[in-house]
Amino acid sequence: MPSDNNETLAIENTINPHLWVIKYADYLYNYAITRVNDEEQARDLIQDTFLAALNSMNKFEGKCSERTWLTSILKNKVIDVYRKNSVAFIKNKVIDQEEEEHDYFNHEYGNWNIEYRPKEFGIEQSDALENKEFQHILKLCMKKLPSLWLAVFTMKHMDDETTEKICKELKVSSSNFWVVIHRAKVNLRACLQKNWIQT
Amino acid sequence: MNELKKIAYNCRKATFLIEKKQIGTITLREKLELKIHLAGCSICKTFQKQSIIINSMVKNLFNSSDNSVLKLDEQFKKTLHERIEKYFKNN
Repeated sequence: MPSDNNETLAIENTINPHLWVIKYADYLYNYAITRVNDEEQARDLIQDTFLAALNSMNKFEGKCSERTWLTSILKNKVIDVYRKNSVAFIKNKVIDQEEEEHDYFNHEYGNWNIEYRPKEFGIEQSDALENKEFQHILKLCMKKLPSLWLAVFTMKHMDDETTEKICKELKVSSSNFWVVIHRAKVNLRACLQKNWIQT
Repeated sequence: MNELKKIAYNCRKATFLIEKKQIGTITLREKLELKIHLAGCSICKTFQKQSIIINSMVKNLFNSSDNSVLKLDEQFKKTLHERIEKYFKNN
C-alpha cells in the first residue's frame, strides 16, 4: 500500500477538467485582467485557455499543479495578445506618444515642467503596499497606459521576465525598451499623483 | 551651459537612469551623474522614492490577498463549464 504522503501528491497533480471552472476560473480571470485590462478580452482568454488545455491534456505530466499548468497556458496567451497589440501600436501610435511626452519635461533642458513636478503622495513612509485605495487607483492608472507600454511594464515588473525575452517577444529594440519603461513610469506616477492627491 | 549644470538641470535623464538602475545596470559615469543630480534635486528624489514604491506595489498587485476580488459572472462560468462538458461528449 502506498503511504499517505504519496497518495496526496498523486491526487494533487491529476487533472479534472470538470472542476476547472469552479476551481480556477476566477483565479485565471484575475490573472488575465491585471495584465490585459480589458474584461471582454480577459474572458476570451479564459475560454481559449480552457479549450487549449483540453486539447493538450495528454501533455500534462503532473509535475506541477493543475493551476500552475493552466496559468502557464494563459500566460502564453497573454503574451500573444501583447504581441498583436504591439504590432498595431508600432504602426499607429508611436508618434502621438512622442508628442505627449514633451509635456513632462522642459524640451530644452530636460527639467520638470512646473505642473508635472512630482509631489509627495503622503504615503511614502507608511504601509503603502497595503493601502487598498491606492492599489485601486494604481490599477486604474495602469489601464490608461498605451497597450505596448502596459505589456512591457507588466512583463518586467509583474512577471519578472528578462529584458532580452521581452524585447524578443514584443519585437522592441533594447533602447526602445528603456524608453518605454521610463515613459510608462513617468505617466503612471503622474496619473497616481493626479488621482490620489485629489481624492 | 557647462557639463555639471546640464546634469543638474536634466531631470528627464535622471528619471531615466532611476528606472534603468532599478531593473538593469547603469555605467559608472551614469551612476555618478545620477548622484550629482539627486544631490541637488529634491523633486527627482521624490520621484525615485515613489518609483520604488510603485514597482513593489505592481509586483504585489496580483499576489495580494484580495486578488480574487474580481469575479467572473455566473452566467459566463456556466457557459464555460458547458463547453468543457460538451468537449467530453464529442470526444
